[in-house]
Amino acid sequence: MACMSKGDWYSPVQFWRSGPSPGSLYSFPGVLTAENTRFSQRSQAPITTGTSVLGIAFDGGVAIAADVLCSYGSLARFRDCPRVMHVNDNIILGAGGDYADYQYLKDVIEQKILEEECLNDGFSLKPKALHCWLTRVMYNRRSKLDPFWNSFIVGGLQDNEPFLGTVDKLGTAYVDHHIATGYGAYMALPLMREAVEKNPNMTQKEAQKLLIKCLQVLYYRDARSYPKFQIATLTKEGVTVEGPLTLDQNWEVAHMVRDGV
Amino acid sequence: MEAVKLGSATVGLKSNTHAVLIALKRASSELSAHQKKIIPIDTHIGIAIAGLTADARILSRYMRTECLNHKYSHDALLPVGRLITNLGNKMQICTQRYDRRPYGVGLLVSGYDDQGPHVYQTCPSANYFDCKAMAVGSRSQSARTYLEKHLDEFLDCDTDELIKHGLRALRDTLPNEVELNTKNVSIGIVGKNTSFKVFDEEGTAQYLRMIEGEEKRGGQPDTTGQDPTPPQPPPGGEGPQDPIPAVAMETE
Repeated sequence: MACMSKGDWYSPVQFWRSGPSPGSLYSFPGVLTAENTRFSQRSQAPITTGTSVLGIAFDGGVAIAADVLCSYGSLARFRDCPRVMHVNDNIILGAGGDYADYQYLKDVIEQKILEEECLNDGFSLKPKALHCWLTRVMYNRRSKLDPFWNSFIVGGLQDNEPFLGTVDKLGTAYVDHHIATGYGAYMALPLMREAVEKNPNMTQKEAQKLLIKCLQVLYYRDARSYPKFQIATLTKEGVTVEGPLTLDQNWEVAHMVRDGV
Repeated sequence: MEAVKLGSATVGLKSNTHAVLIALKRASSELSAHQKKIIPIDTHIGIAIAGLTADARILSRYMRTECLNHKYSHDALLPVGRLITNLGNKMQICTQRYDRRPYGVGLLVSGYDDQGPHVYQTCPSANYFDCKAMAVGSRSQSARTYLEKHLDEFLDCDTDELIKHGLRALRDTLPNEVELNTKNVSIGIVGKNTSFKVFDEEGTAQYLRMIEGEEKRGGQPDTTGQDPTPPQPPPGGEGPQDPIPAVAMETE
């Protein structure tokens, strides 16, 4: 029943704003034709990828670790790619999957932090908020069948409590005390669970040791991993991103393997 | 600015933990209900309006969508200061374009976030002010005087005392014949562990009882101030003056 504003001689009211006009050809928006899909595609395969990311919450903070390799398919191509980022004093973020998508989102997140700094109002982004926002972004893209092909681990201190959450390319998100993506989900997570069961209130050193042990196991068994890694730790004292550090490797057992090296 | 001065008075004040809005509701005639003055925006923000009610509705709708969008995408409450900045920017656009007119409503925004309680005042000029306490609307100068006098007491008040202060401040804006009663007063409160809520009649009556016996301070309306009592219905405002309202409580 909305009565449109009365037009007059000088500004006649528009009868019909956007949409098909009778008698002429109209191109409906959103239709996929050869023309508008020529240069863009959806649902691609990732090209340059990072492998697992590991995260753990301990008493007083969180730690996230990932190796520094970006594989080009089966080629270990870029051996110095930082995959863990320091977002702000409350948040650290680790990413696996397509490196280009991670770089894009890294820029977007950095811009978000910058805008907040410019506002200068005493509020800084909290890990739960970033996790929620990232979930919305990832889910939105997947719903357009054009995902950011990544799995993120977001960690930090939320109201002085350690927070650790993950989002993947489908927009699946959850929060837990120990999280691993990629191959880590199969190999590292059971190790982490066992260690946490034996020692529920880990200290920072124990948590870091656990992550490094898991990275070691992953290096032995994940064919797309690398012995150099980064580990980011966040406590209320601040954020430290150590790396690239090198894993200890012991291949003595190799000559005993029947079929292999 | 004139539209705000012609709207009925509202008072906002805050303590260390809570922010309170008290508003005087006006009825355009004996037959109509009193105009709602306090609008909840989110669980942590509420506003009191003075001026063109229709413009206030648009602004409150905008504020609600901003808060809701932020809550959806960030799973966190929008800090009050940021909402006010966005609102100010939106209001400023219509002061600069030739084909738009300013929003003819002044808001008192009360909210609570991680930095504590806030009271903000916004003007049709798109200025906004972070206030310790404020009163806007017709004859609000007397309320402001009361607030200034008692400013130091507010910080440590508990919520009951805070509301009583607000009611006393509002009472100072009334002309002699009019009294505060549950029909023409609206109280809204927000704070630590308190979601924004507007009291119903029973709640309002309870606080009015607390200040019942006290003398009205500064009874005469301030005729030298900038808010003269309009004898005609104010244009674009909230309708003609209240006739003497019916007594709401049996006990009086």
